[in-house]
Amino acid sequence: MKVKIALLEKGLSYETQEEDLFGGKSELLLKSNPIYEKVPVLLHDSKPVVESTNIVYYIDETWGSTQLLPTCSYGRSRARFWADYIDKKLFIFMIDQVFDAGTKVWKSKGDELEVAKKDLIDILKKLEGAMGDNDYFGGNKFGFVDIVLIGLSSWFGAYEKFGGFKIEDDCPKIAAWIKRCKERESVSKTLPNSEKVYEFVVMLREMHGIK
Amino acid sequence: MESVKLFGTWSSPSSKRVEIALKLKGVEYEYVEEDLQNKSPDLLKYNPIHKKVPILLHNGKPIVESLLIVEYIDETWPGPAILPSDPYDRAMARFWAKFLDEKCWPAMKKAWLSTGEEQEKANEEANEALMFLENELKGKKFFGGDTIGLVDIAANLIALWYGINEELSGLIQQPLTKDKFPNLCEWVDEYTNCSFVKENLPPTDKLAQLYMARIQADKASAQ
Repeated sequence: MKVKIALLEKGLSYETQEEDLFGGKSELLLKSNPIYEKVPVLLHDSKPVVESTNIVYYIDETWGSTQLLPTCSYGRSRARFWADYIDKKLFIFMIDQVFDAGTKVWKSKGDELEVAKKDLIDILKKLEGAMGDNDYFGGNKFGFVDIVLIGLSSWFGAYEKFGGFKIEDDCPKIAAWIKRCKERESVSKTLPNSEKVYEFVVMLREMHGIK
Repeated sequence: MESVKLFGTWSSPSSKRVEIALKLKGVEYEYVEEDLQNKSPDLLKYNPIHKKVPILLHNGKPIVESLLIVEYIDETWPGPAILPSDPYDRAMARFWAKFLDEKCWPAMKKAWLSTGEEQEKANEEANEALMFLENELKGKKFFGGDTIGLVDIAANLIALWYGINEELSGLIQQPLTKDKFPNLCEWVDEYTNCSFVKENLPPTDKLAQLYMARIQADKASAQ
């Protein structure tokens, strides 16, 4: 998702090829990403770039219009730091929640659920701290970190439903930021419908034997 | 007057990466050795989220995460380029650096610390990861080409570990052999011969002792 949003923000046109990750990966995918065999893969003039955050850096560096990263090196290092944090903490947490059979937010009750909720809220609060009083992580402009995070936010609805809580209650800034981002064409065009995500998660849980 | 301070530890490959990058650029800096069993208030203040080293403090502003710091150093100070100028080559450099951190190093560590079937599997993973790197080096002196770049700096953990191979030979299997990985072994020689890497290498015996103790402790606690 981050890649599509980045491409749209730069005003670039592109072709997509939907991959069936459960059914069978295409020859092109396996050839372009032989080490990880994963999506997304960007093919620019047939040269493959892999790993979503890496691809967003590449897009920013290759196409000049609207810089997604700040111009000063310190600002860039902060943006990279938060993208790295989102990738390492939030993304991994969410993957664990979906695929881990001993899941917390999804399945458990009582104490475990509270711990998992707390973990998620903790991460989101840290991100709120990073945003400060700005409209976006990029300051007044929608930028790199916003792009990295907004994709994951489409999963939040599912978490709220399963966990029986509302992110808005504990993290109002993040909730407001999500609304703001969704007003952007690049985001509204790309983000999947929350219902669709919820149904997808239900299917995944069933696949893993979780009701 | 610019101030550059690095918080690190003598045995941490991540810490060493930053030192190599600073030395490569000829940047003068103050070094603070941290005791990770007893982290300083400064460490906790400048890296409240991860609470780790290395931390680079440039004119009072902290930058953390070794590979991010190296990119920052490359963008901030003139001198030999650490990342290539072409965006595609930069994307590839970042990819390999991340590969080292996320695939290669964890596989190698697992291979050391596990036993039996788990170790067999871990050895296979480590071998596979090292083979990707071996192939990446074909026809090149360094991962960066003729000169050291981001991936070489990221791969310092292989060079460091290779250096203490012999001392650890009783304790762990050595995947990095000349017959299997000729390019990588040659790379280690070239890399460790660079002056700014050489003068930075931690004492081999001290490092070996540290790893031996860790391996033994981990093996004991696993039983």
